Amino acid sequence: MSTGITETEDDGTETQTQAVGAARAAGETYTEMDSEEIETANEEARRRTRELVEEADRTVKLKVFRFDPEVPEKEEPRFDTFTVPFSKGMTVLDALMWARDQYDSSLTFRHSCRQAVCGSDALFVNGRQRLGCKTQVADLADSGIPKKVRIEPLPHAEVVKDLVVDMEHFYDQMESVEPYFQGEDTPDGLEEQYQSRENREKVKMSTRCIWCGACMSSCNIAAGNNDYLGPAAINKAYRFAMDDREGEDLTEHRLNIIEQEHGVWRCQTQFSCTEVCPKDIPLTEHIQELKREAVKKNLKFW
Amino acid sequence: MHEHDVIVVGGGGAGLRAAIAAHEEGADVAIVTKLHPVRSHTGAAEGGINAALRDGDDPKDHAYDTMKGSDYLGDAPAIETLCEMSPEETIQLEHWGMPFSREDDGRVSQRPFGGLSFPRTTYAGAETGHHLLHTMYEQVVKRGITVYDEFYVTELATTDHPDPEERECHGCIAYDIKSGDLVGFEASGGVILATGGDGQTFDHTTNAVANTGDGLAMAYRAGVPVEDPEFVQFHPTTLPSTGVLISEGVRGEGGILYNGDGERFMFEHGYANNDGELASRDVVSRAELTEVNEGRGIEDEYVYLDMRHLGEERVVDRLENILHLAEDFEGVDGLDEPMPVKPGQHYHMGGIETNENGHTCIDGLYAAGECACVSVHGSNRLGGNALPELIVFGARAGYHAAGRELGEARIPTGPSARTEDETGLDTPVSPGAIDQPDPDAVADGGAMTADPTATVEHTLEGERARVEEMMDRDGINHAEIRSDLQDAMTQNVNVFREKEGIQDALETIRDCRERYQNVAVADPSRTFNTDLLHTIETRNLIDVAETIALGALAREEFRGAHWRAEHQARDDEDWLKHTMIAWNDGEPDLYYTDVLLDGEEKTYEPKIRSY
Repeated sequence: MSTGITETEDDGTETQTQAVGAARAAGETYTEMDSEEIETANEEARRRTRELVEEADRTVKLKVFRFDPEVPEKEEPRFDTFTVPFSKGMTVLDALMWARDQYDSSLTFRHSCRQAVCGSDALFVNGRQRLGCKTQVADLADSGIPKKVRIEPLPHAEVVKDLVVDMEHFYDQMESVEPYFQGEDTPDGLEEQYQSRENREKVKMSTRCIWCGACMSSCNIAAGNNDYLGPAAINKAYRFAMDDREGEDLTEHRLNIIEQEHGVWRCQTQFSCTEVCPKDIPLTEHIQELKREAVKKNLKFW
Repeated sequence: MHEHDVIVVGGGGAGLRAAIAAHEEGADVAIVTKLHPVRSHTGAAEGGINAALRDGDDPKDHAYDTMKGSDYLGDAPAIETLCEMSPEETIQLEHWGMPFSREDDGRVSQRPFGGLSFPRTTYAGAETGHHLLHTMYEQVVKRGITVYDEFYVTELATTDHPDPEERECHGCIAYDIKSGDLVGFEASGGVILATGGDGQTFDHTTNAVANTGDGLAMAYRAGVPVEDPEFVQFHPTTLPSTGVLISEGVRGEGGILYNGDGERFMFEHGYANNDGELASRDVVSRAELTEVNEGRGIEDEYVYLDMRHLGEERVVDRLENILHLAEDFEGVDGLDEPMPVKPGQHYHMGGIETNENGHTCIDGLYAAGECACVSVHGSNRLGGNALPELIVFGARAGYHAAGRELGEARIPTGPSARTEDETGLDTPVSPGAIDQPDPDAVADGGAMTADPTATVEHTLEGERARVEEMMDRDGINHAEIRSDLQDAMTQNVNVFREKEGIQDALETIRDCRERYQNVAVADPSRTFNTDLLHTIETRNLIDVAETIALGALAREEFRGAHWRAEHQARDDEDWLKHTMIAWNDGEPDLYYTDVLLDGEEKTYEPKIRSY
C-alpha cells in the first residue's frame, strides 16, 4: 500500500463516545502522499491501462469530439482517439466511460440510467442520432466490430463542452405546449376518471417520450427555424389532445396551440424524427394526425 | 445566495411530490437537482404502486403484508401511514393524468406482486416509474415551481451545536454544473433531501450512475443517524451483463424461474412451496444464488426467467418494455427464449432516520424516498412499495416543511432514542474520519454561528476551499478508488455475508478513504466539470459503504435481506431492534433503538415469515 497509515489492531479500548473501532484511541496517524508517490501511482495506473489494451483480444477506436471554451488547448474543436478493449455486449456509453476512467477524466458527456429511460445520452454516433447506452458497439459494423466509432454531440444544438449540448431550447419548446393534464371535472377523493383501454392504447406510444432530443436534432425544419415547436413538443401536445380524460374544449384549445405559425404545419413529413426515436414513437404520424384534427376542427367551426 | 422557504434536493418522485405539496401549502419552494428532473432514476421503476383501492382489499391488509415483508423490522406508525395514504396519493396521480393501464371497465389496473395478499399493484405497463415521474414533473411545470437543474448539492449548511438534536439546517451549498460556480441556498422553512438510492456502492446494480447516496452521506456527516444501513435489497431478476432490471411484474403475470437443469427450483428445491416465484425478493435472490453455487446455474452465473408461455398478446399488453430491455441490453428475444437473470443491488431499505413527517433529528432537515428510512420496509422491501413511499412521504415532508400541522409524530429520532450501545464490534480498522476531528469544526460543514445567513456563508466558504484544493493540487484520479470500493462491496457485503468477508470489506473501505485523501481533479475547466462532480460523489460512496458494512458486521442474525453465514436464524430476542450509526464528528457511534410494532389498533406480533 502506498499510504503511510499505521494500522493498530483492536485493543479493546473503548472511549466514552462508544466510537466503533478502538484503534483510533491508540493515536492513528495518516500521512498524505508526496508528489513523487503521486506521480508513481499515476504512472502505475497508466501502465495498467496500457496492459489492458495490449492484452485485449479486440479493441475499438473511439473518435470523440472535444471542445471546451475555457481550456486553451480545447478552445478549437478537435477529435481525440481512444483505444478501448472490446467486450461482448459493450455499448457506446460503456466504451466512453472506459475511455474517461482510464485515459482522460475530463472527457465529458451526460449519462445516468444506462437503460434508455433517462434520455441523457443522445449522441451523434457514426452520423446518426442514437442513445449511447442503447447502441451496441458491434451493431455499428456490418460484421465483427467497427474499425472506428465517431462520436459527436447532437447536431443543431449549442455545444457546452465535449459531447454536452445546451438543452434549454428543447426544454423551452417542450414546456410551451402546456405539457400538463388539465381535467375539467376531476372527481373528488378516491373516485377515478375512467378511460377505455382503446384510448389508453391510443396515447401509449406518445407517453413513452424520454426527452432525449434526438428527434429535434434530426429535424431539418427545426434546424432552420428556431421557433418551430419540433417533434417532441408536438408529440407531447398529442399525448394530451388525444386523451379522452380531457374534455372537448381543452382538445380545441390544444389544437389551437399546435396549429400556430410554428406548429404542425411546418412539418414536411421527412420522417427523420421517427427514424431516430429510440423509443419507436411514430412522431411523424402523430404530427400528421394533429394536422387532420386541426382541419376537422376548423371545418366544424365554419 | 438564493433564498426560498423550502429547498428540495433531488428531482425524482419524492422530490417532485414534496415540492408540489410545499407549493400547495403556499410556500416558495425550489428544487435543486444534479440532473434535470425527468432524468431521475424514479423513471426506471417498472412494476407499480401498491394501494388498497378495491372491494375486498383493505389498507390494513396492505399494512400486514408490509410488516411481514419487513420481517418485523418496520415501524408500525410508518407502515400504517403508508398504507392508509397510498390510495389517495395513487388516485391523485390518476387525477393528474398519469396513463395507468386500464381494466375493461375503464378503471386503473392492478396486478399481483410478491408478498402481497391481494393484487393491489397499480401499474402503467412495465414503465410505471417513467409515467409517475413525467406526470409529476408536468405538475411542477404547471405550477411554475422553480427548478435549479444540473445544480449538484455538495453540503448542508447546519449549525454546529455539539448535540445533533440541537442543530439547525438553514440551507445547502450547490455547484452549478454549467457555470462552475458554488452557490449558497438559504431555506427558511426547511431542506428536504430526496436524493434517491446509493446503488453505486456496488458494482452490479439496477441503479443509475447518478445514484451515489449524496443525501444520505451529507445528512450522516451533519449528524443525522443512518438507520438500518445493512439492509440492502438485491433484486432477483437483473440482466447479467448490465444490471438492467427485469420487473417483478414478469413473475406477477406468471413468469417462471428455471435452473440449468430445467427445474422450477422455487418449488422443486423447496425455497417457497406456496408462493414459488412470487415469494419475497430476498427469498428468491438467495434461491437463485444457491442454485448457481450448487452447480445448477447457467454458465455458473445466472438462471432463466421464462415468460414465453404467457403468449405474445399478454406480454405485449402488459410487459412490452421488458421485451425491449431484454433485446437491447442482453440480445434476447423474450418471446422466443428464456431471459438470463441474476440478483443485483436494487434498493437500500436503510437510510436517513426520519419520523413519519419526514423530519430528521436536525431542525429544518427532512428526508423522503429511498434516501430516507422512516421505516416502512424494515429488513426487506416488498415490490410495489417504493413508489407509494415516494408520494406519501414526499408529500408529508413537503407539507410539514411548508408549515402544515400533521400531528405529533410517534416515531422518535436522534441519538436520544438510543436504547442500547454497541460496544464489542470487532472492526479490523477504525471507521470514520481519517484524522482526529478538528475541535474548531465540530459538525462536518458546520458553522460556529446561529445566524442562518452566516451559517450558509460559512459553509459556502468551506466548500469553496475544498473544491479549490481538489482542483489545484496534483493527485490521483478517483475512478479506481470507486471501482475498488464497488468490487469489495459486491464481493463481501452482497446477498451472502460472513464475518471475515465483511471485515475485509471494511479494510478496503478504509484503504479507499486513505487513498481518497490524495484525489485531485485533472480537468481544469469550470464548465461542466463532471470530473469534479464524480470525485465528490466518490467520497459520499465511501461514507455510505462504510455504514452498510458496519451494520452488516454488527447484526448477528439472519433477517430479511441480511443473511449471515454464522447466524442462520432470525433472533427476535437479541435483534428485534434498529441499527443506528451516527457520524459522531468522525468517530462513528453504533447504537440500537426499539422497533415500534404497536399500530393504531393492534400490535404486530412477529411471526415466522414463510411464503
